[in-house]
Amino acid sequence: MGGWAIAVHGGAGVDPNLPPQRQEEAKQLLTRCLNLGISALRSNASALDVVELVVRELESDPLFNSGRGSALTEKGTVEMEASIMDGSKRRCGAVSGLTTVKNPISLARLVMDKSPHSYLAFSGAEEFARKQGVEVVENEYFITADNVGMLKLAKEANTILFDYRIPVAGGACGVGVENPLQMNGLPISVYAPETVGCVVVDGEGKCAAATSTGGLMNKMSGRIGDSPLIGAGTYACELCGVSCTGEGEAIIRGTLAREVAAVMEYKGFKLQAAVDFVIKHRLDQGKAGLIAVSNSGEVSYGFNCNGMFRGCATEDGFMEVGIWE
Amino acid sequence: MRREGDMFFKVESEVRLALNKEQGIRKDMGWAIALHGGAGDIPLSLPAEMRKPREEALRHCLQIAVEALKAKVGPLDVVELVVRELENIPHFNAGKGSVLTSKGTVEMEASIMDGATMNCGAVSGLTTVLNPISLARLVMDKTPHIYLAFDGAQDFARQQGVPTLDSTHFITAHNIQRLNQAKQAHTVQIDYTQPIQNYTKKETLFANSDSQIGTVGCVAVDGLGNLASATSTGGLVNKMVGRIGDTPLIGAGTYADARCAVSATGKGEAIIRGTVARDVAALMEFKGLSLQEAATCVVHERTPKGTVGLIAVSAKGEVAMPFNTTGMFRACATEDGYSEIAIWPAAQVE
Repeated sequence: MGGWAIAVHGGAGVDPNLPPQRQEEAKQLLTRCLNLGISALRSNASALDVVELVVRELESDPLFNSGRGSALTEKGTVEMEASIMDGSKRRCGAVSGLTTVKNPISLARLVMDKSPHSYLAFSGAEEFARKQGVEVVENEYFITADNVGMLKLAKEANTILFDYRIPVAGGACGVGVENPLQMNGLPISVYAPETVGCVVVDGEGKCAAATSTGGLMNKMSGRIGDSPLIGAGTYACELCGVSCTGEGEAIIRGTLAREVAAVMEYKGFKLQAAVDFVIKHRLDQGKAGLIAVSNSGEVSYGFNCNGMFRGCATEDGFMEVGIWE
Repeated sequence: MRREGDMFFKVESEVRLALNKEQGIRKDMGWAIALHGGAGDIPLSLPAEMRKPREEALRHCLQIAVEALKAKVGPLDVVELVVRELENIPHFNAGKGSVLTSKGTVEMEASIMDGATMNCGAVSGLTTVLNPISLARLVMDKTPHIYLAFDGAQDFARQQGVPTLDSTHFITAHNIQRLNQAKQAHTVQIDYTQPIQNYTKKETLFANSDSQIGTVGCVAVDGLGNLASATSTGGLVNKMVGRIGDTPLIGAGTYADARCAVSATGKGEAIIRGTVARDVAALMEFKGLSLQEAATCVVHERTPKGTVGLIAVSAKGEVAMPFNTTGMFRACATEDGYSEIAIWPAAQVE
């Protein structure tokens, strides 16, 4: 065992009717991001640098729900959040309520490295971004036509939709309204759509994790989900690195990311067993997924819902990108 | 009304049945309650004029809590009620009496969790809401979300018609003084250890000594093993605007499930990294530790000295209040008549 390992995700809970073209685009993006990470790892980059680098790439691409391409609030604006954790000392940084910062995950890293705090949000975070001189853009930059359409659908159906990236143009929008996947049998479908994340263990056995999202489509302005919450959406310690995606509220209640590490530490489980245990016991049906790496070079993922966009690779040459079971 | 409450409740009931079987819990173990007004470097030389009002406040809140529990008020309502009371008292760093940001403003945060259903609610960045803990409860009960912050939370407060006051209501002279001292000392009273200047000098008593005092909290269990936890704070003296600490983070500052309820206080970053509140429950669940063992382990073995204190109650009606700081304002009571109000460690080890 040993050697580096990397996993990326683009969200859990995928519409079974997702057009093949979209599936292909998603797989290509995941592959590209994996390769970016692998390349960095081969150049001996640290786990922390790699997770940031990969998530930046995912944020910049409008395909998934983070950075550009983020889901919209009920006001039609974008409010982004992210967190990052360095397993070796359990240092962490998180941000919420970002409206102009091009790469939220990098601001989260700056909170960790350059501020006396762990978590900054809303106007305070935006102010910090300016002081740090990070790249900022107009809020419109993050908004895509697809998502404007999705928001409209969500409002019409008066639900919080999870984001399954069905193209709105060309009459396919009916699919969304007629058949919003009921993940819990209740009117409001509370899925956290296509959050992105990356976990890495580097050549030195150090783990890191990073997660970034625009949150729930049609969310109340000011709503914070699991992605910026250490222990919920993101966690890393000496043993492992974990990033979660799915229904934010369930991930928070289940302190999901932390659970994987707790089960490894307190029950002595190995990575896959810990992931399986957590997915089985800490969640309701149809709610979330996660990716994880261990300090001994293992990579693992699990989800209890309909698909998860993911990819993983290890130093011995293994590589896999997938969406379904 | 809550979305997947039914499913969760079913899961939790099954857990409780299994627990009852495993631990031989009698149907009625008796209620228990604990509350805190913050852990930190509370100097033993704290002058009487500062100590007495706080002790009195703890006594008062304990009494309210005990009366409520005796009247069969549910634990979730009890913890909210007690934390509201603590928020209203200006001597503690929550609600009125909250410490100030670097801009001299107040930004309050809180969270609440219902162990029976695992439902939770949290708020951050409140500036005018009289009782943050009650808004956190409304987020839990009245929205499909768990956590609302800043403008969005304030808008929600307005929609809900909760009592609000101009933010000057929450600011006390004491805290203005603390902020000035912190600025002069060029310190943010922060999450990692800094050499404390002039520690023993009385005039800097406020700036350094109780910089980490803050946060109020309450945990309760009824005779049937239903648990709840609530925590509320103004945060850190001289914090950056927009800074969020451990208090509103489920698993860090607040946690409750079928086994225990926990509320933590101290250095935010240590509590976040250590997922302190969840860890107590996880040790009980995964390693079979008792409440006391789990709480002691988290505070004395898993977090750095001088950073953390917590209060916890178990489904069986036990109480634990360990801390690794100089002191922690705390009080507790159990149905069998035991009660305690204290600031510093008892003679024996916690």
